[in-house]
Amino acid sequence: MFEAIDLARFQFAFVVSFHIIFPAFTIGLASYLAVLEGLWLWKKEDRYLNIFNYWLKIFAIAFGMGVVSGIVMSYQFGTNWSVFSDKTGPVLGPLMGYEVLSAFFLEAGFLGIMLFGMNKVGKQLHFFATLMVAFGTFFSAFWILSVNSWMHTPAGFSINEVGQFVPEDWIQIIFNPSFPYRLVHMLMAAYLTTAFVVGAVGAWHLLKNNKNLCARTMLSMAMWMAAIVAPLQLVAGDMHGLNTLEYQPAKIAAMEGHYETKKGAPLILFGIPDDDAMEINSIVEIPKLGSMILKHDFDAEIKGLRDFPADEIPPAEIIFWSFRIMVGIGMAMIALGLWSLFLRFKNLFYSTRLFHQICLLMGPAGFIAVIAGWVTTEVGRQPFTVYGVLRTVDSVSPIDAPAVATSLLVFIVIYFLVFGAGTYYIFKQFSINPEQDKDATKKVGSLGVSLKLFDKA
Amino acid sequence: MSIELIWAIILSFAIFAYVVLDGFDLGIGINYPFIGSKWERDIAMNTVAPVWDGNETWLILGGGGLFAAFPLAYSVVLPALYVPLTAMLIGLILRGVAFEFRWKDKSKTQIWDKAFIIGSIGATFFQGVALGAFIQGIPMEGRAFNGDWWHWLSPFSIFTGIALVFGYGLLGSTWLIYKTENKTKRHMQMLGKRFFILTLIMILIVSLWTPYLHPEYFEKWFSYPRILYVLPVPLLVAISTVCCFRALIKNNDLQPFVWSIILFLLSFIGLMISIYPNIVPPSLDIWQAAAPKKSLQFLLVGVLIFMPIILVYTSFTYWVFRGKTKPDESYH
Repeated sequence: MFEAIDLARFQFAFVVSFHIIFPAFTIGLASYLAVLEGLWLWKKEDRYLNIFNYWLKIFAIAFGMGVVSGIVMSYQFGTNWSVFSDKTGPVLGPLMGYEVLSAFFLEAGFLGIMLFGMNKVGKQLHFFATLMVAFGTFFSAFWILSVNSWMHTPAGFSINEVGQFVPEDWIQIIFNPSFPYRLVHMLMAAYLTTAFVVGAVGAWHLLKNNKNLCARTMLSMAMWMAAIVAPLQLVAGDMHGLNTLEYQPAKIAAMEGHYETKKGAPLILFGIPDDDAMEINSIVEIPKLGSMILKHDFDAEIKGLRDFPADEIPPAEIIFWSFRIMVGIGMAMIALGLWSLFLRFKNLFYSTRLFHQICLLMGPAGFIAVIAGWVTTEVGRQPFTVYGVLRTVDSVSPIDAPAVATSLLVFIVIYFLVFGAGTYYIFKQFSINPEQDKDATKKVGSLGVSLKLFDKA
Repeated sequence: MSIELIWAIILSFAIFAYVVLDGFDLGIGINYPFIGSKWERDIAMNTVAPVWDGNETWLILGGGGLFAAFPLAYSVVLPALYVPLTAMLIGLILRGVAFEFRWKDKSKTQIWDKAFIIGSIGATFFQGVALGAFIQGIPMEGRAFNGDWWHWLSPFSIFTGIALVFGYGLLGSTWLIYKTENKTKRHMQMLGKRFFILTLIMILIVSLWTPYLHPEYFEKWFSYPRILYVLPVPLLVAISTVCCFRALIKNNDLQPFVWSIILFLLSFIGLMISIYPNIVPPSLDIWQAAAPKKSLQFLLVGVLIFMPIILVYTSFTYWVFRGKTKPDESYH
């Protein structure tokens, strides 16, 4: 039988994994929409408005699902992790409060105008609303990543007589040691995730007709993003890794599959980690490269899991793999970006079917990488909720297992039904040819009329 | 005034804002079963489509604010109300996605309308249940909830659940009176009157029941000289009742909605009178539950900066979508 804590952990992992899919997509999409609307206002080409309206509908669905799954998150801390809430509330609560005040209200307040207000407020104000929504998603990422980073690298606090974390220095708390790396890494991940979805939809319509102007624009914009941001993400990820090595060395050891402390540690590409025996049966490894990557020295010593206290190490069996999935996808993204540059140079960008097919295949890659990345960092934080200070077993609510088991079951059923339907509707919109999206073209007409009215007024 | 008390007031404001704003858009779902035609349902949905998301954000502010300012209260109340709150969240998911999904597939509109109805009624009912269980009191030991996971279940909490469904139903129908015209408006006026009478009965019963839940509640309302201070609340309820009823009879556009809000405000003040100075009845007070001063001060700065801005652009959005909602107003 499962203990209440296992169920609570599984429930949290489940609802947060589902949730992250939507923000990862909408952070990028909000910025993309702002760019499209800006380009339309600037260049006055209808294709930008067409693409804008096309993705606006998808944004509306994804954002709605992000909101409802996010409300669940804001209550999950209290319902299932009440001791954690009591102890960390004084530090994390205000940061989340700032997220609500500066981000959630901004997004929600201007979303209505962004979705429904074009005919009512005119194009400048509408563009302003789109920008506010995009800023909102950005601020939201800022605060929630600050919260999350603090749980990994807590700073600027003391502990009072009842065991609560008490804030001492807000700058140290907000800009805690891992925050800048995590923020940059996540924002780029969100942009890449969106870019690969947009690229896949563009590629799909190009496969049907490679003269499709809107599809060409989508694929081209998406692949510029891939070509530029994917390599930068590699650099950011590497810096984030070095930061983790400094503050959470056990996590790095588990990610790399290093059980034994070694001078000149290898880079293990593939292997089977075994947490019980505390050893890895490595299949493919490159000697000394591990030390080189982590410490920029071929002979540096890398501490293995065996030399950490047994009750302070995360499960390598999970994060060894999740880390490789993330990195593997990142490499594939870089490769595709490079290929896109080559094809542009050769003037084959819109005519290479194989390239379009692979872009299509890579559509969901960002989501998988994001979830794999979060699994790596969050499972890697175990067995703590606040790293080194508060243990997961000491964080949980005093709730009986049957209640948690029931809620978990209900969440699973409802999430698959509801978000399954949402995904289906998003795919339905994808299947519409962006050049023949009737609603979008209708919009241009009615908008033209209303803009004249607006100009007169 | 202490900063702890200021925070209690801010949170009360956020919760009341949530009750009114999400109250009327949940209320639309409660009225939905009585709105027959698809055409009218479309309009009803579109009266809140641009604002429902902002309305629900107040719920997150309520939860987040409690977490930040009164973490102990947050960590006691939420496990105690585990079942009703989880059920409420499920309801909010069902009706939240219905706003988008019902337009996406003409053959499935019916299904998402049902999800909208069940979600709205379920979320409201369980919110009311949570409220009732909260008023009844939450047993604590040390810094944690000490009770079974069905502790919330009682005749009183079930009753407050039903009461809130009628109450939000009233907010929803009076909002729709304000936002619709002609036949739909007449239809909503009829529904409004019914929800009004049901709500009134519920307010009466809950008001009379609550003082008998705990001796302290009774003291707060009926001991001399306190009774002189609190007497204005029931008197104002009586006056608002008459005004709301007159506005409904006279077919006024906006007034029934405004008077319904005032009825909610008075009920809310009544609740505050019963509970104060506790934040978790029966024994955890505002000062015991408050976060350290540094936390309260830091977020208070944020509230003072952002809240006026939020109120401005939220009002702006309502202003943009002011007036009667027309059948063709939708981006779909």
